[in-house]
Amino acid sequence: MTVLTVENLHVGTDDLALVSDVSFTLAAGERVGLIGESGSGKSLTAAAVMGLLPEGVHATGSVRLHGVPHDLVGASERQLAAVRGNALTMVFQEPMTALNPAMRVGDQVAEVMLLHGTRPDRTAARAAAVDLLAQVRLPEPERTARAYPHQLSGGQRQRVMIAIALANGPSVLLADEPTTALDVTVQAQVLDLVLTGVAERGAALLFITHDLAVVATVCERVLVMYGGRVVEAGPVREVFTRPRHPYTRGLLDASDLTSANGRLRTIPGTVPAAGRFPAGCVFRNRCPRATGACATLPAWTDGAAGGGFACWHPVAADG
Amino acid sequence: MRNAGLWVGAVLVGFVVAAALVSFVWTPYDAVQVDSTTRIAPPSAAHWLGTDVFGRDVVSMLLVGARTTLFVGVVAVGLAAVVGTPLGVLAAMGPRWLGELTMRTNDLVLAFPALLLAIMFGAVFGPSTLTAMVAIGIATVPSFARLARAGTLQVLAAEYVLAARAAGRPRAAIAVRHVLPNIAGLLLVQASVSFAIAVLAEAALSFLGFGTRPPTPSWGRMLQEAQQLLYSTPELALWPGLAIAVAVLGFNLLGDGLRDRFDPRLADRR
Repeated sequence: MTVLTVENLHVGTDDLALVSDVSFTLAAGERVGLIGESGSGKSLTAAAVMGLLPEGVHATGSVRLHGVPHDLVGASERQLAAVRGNALTMVFQEPMTALNPAMRVGDQVAEVMLLHGTRPDRTAARAAAVDLLAQVRLPEPERTARAYPHQLSGGQRQRVMIAIALANGPSVLLADEPTTALDVTVQAQVLDLVLTGVAERGAALLFITHDLAVVATVCERVLVMYGGRVVEAGPVREVFTRPRHPYTRGLLDASDLTSANGRLRTIPGTVPAAGRFPAGCVFRNRCPRATGACATLPAWTDGAAGGGFACWHPVAADG
Repeated sequence: MRNAGLWVGAVLVGFVVAAALVSFVWTPYDAVQVDSTTRIAPPSAAHWLGTDVFGRDVVSMLLVGARTTLFVGVVAVGLAAVVGTPLGVLAAMGPRWLGELTMRTNDLVLAFPALLLAIMFGAVFGPSTLTAMVAIGIATVPSFARLARAGTLQVLAAEYVLAARAAGRPRAAIAVRHVLPNIAGLLLVQASVSFAIAVLAEAALSFLGFGTRPPTPSWGRMLQEAQQLLYSTPELALWPGLAIAVAVLGFNLLGDGLRDRFDPRLADRR
């Protein structure tokens, strides 16, 4: 069953296109990775799905959530508020600033349930909050519920954020680099919590990250974004073992620490500033395989095993 | 001591508050009792700071005057905070035109001299402690509105507000549960500084005859009554002047101390 359908999503300001023509679906319980360098439009895509775009940035296209009668693109703030935190939730990258410093964390977890009426009263919500804090394995949940955010560590705060995101049993959880700001030692634990949380609730997970190793272990499918476009998509195994788009190939090479001469390989050049991507194929000014044909936007080609890519000169399927 | 100003300020303010509280249950003499036999008496065992031109005991008047001072400060600052804070939050969170309208009206009130406003009020409604307080309160509204707006804009840019929106909190809930608690520290500091200004303004208005009416003792009026005797008995002006200075200094130090305490950037330097 498809729970989230994104079709032809375009995000931009009045004169800059920031995300172009992004389409994907999430099935119930599916875990999908969204990868790409900084500035490739990953977070903006998530913000557009949540309806949390900064002022002056608009989205067009369609974002449909199962069980919600209206399109999320162009929905009113009131309509969005009813969906956010309820069926559609998000965990942010920076746990240090994502909690209200003036409110006890237990109350912040309880509030999201009271707002959406998933618990009958304050007492029930408080009790459920303590339960959730226990589920995200915070020590002494009753005591932690009475703590203020500054009394918790970064990893503990991210656990609280996860508790908030899971509180109402969402059908889709967007995780925007939830472990990037954490110590390596707690990254795996937090990741595990996210996975257990979505698995128990049958929720779909869109996992935004730079960490290809995490995607390989966690996700079933992966979307590769560059220049505001999805350049390749498919099952993780397929995309990671037989990348077709030169950009995906570059990303994989760059994360390969065991290359022949012991040096880290990089993708030549840097990500252009927003709106400075070349016309046609967005990757052609950094691509070793680019030719004159790349001045035209490459069409989407269906590849093996339900994947696909947008490239005129794909890397050989067996290479 | 890391935050000496805060403690000195708290002690001075506490001193003024204690004087006002004591005056309810005990004063050496009746502060409004005129006694022609003891006019302009020098300090003595009976009258610690002497008596004024009407024979009233200066210590008793200072104690009761503290009440007036605090009353004026609390009501004027309370009025300014209660009106100014919602205006500022609304200006930051409401539609753009509303924000502009609020802030331009704010500038207008700010441009109008506070004392002139109080004198106008006194002329229209009759001079009284209440008129003075309301006028000082209205003149203080803009500083609260401005600060509340700036603070709100800062809070709205914080990631926890984005997270709150992602959790489906409506705007009203964000204003009450996220914005207000997080700008409370700022407003508290503004309140203590405004308090000092209100105390000075009340003294000035009473001195000019537009504030507290006789016979209610007020530090400002004590100054005014001492004016004619400035050359013969300057100490009559010294005591209320000193009291005003202590109260103002106390509230300013308290305000500065609270700011140091609440502003994380300043806290880092400690």
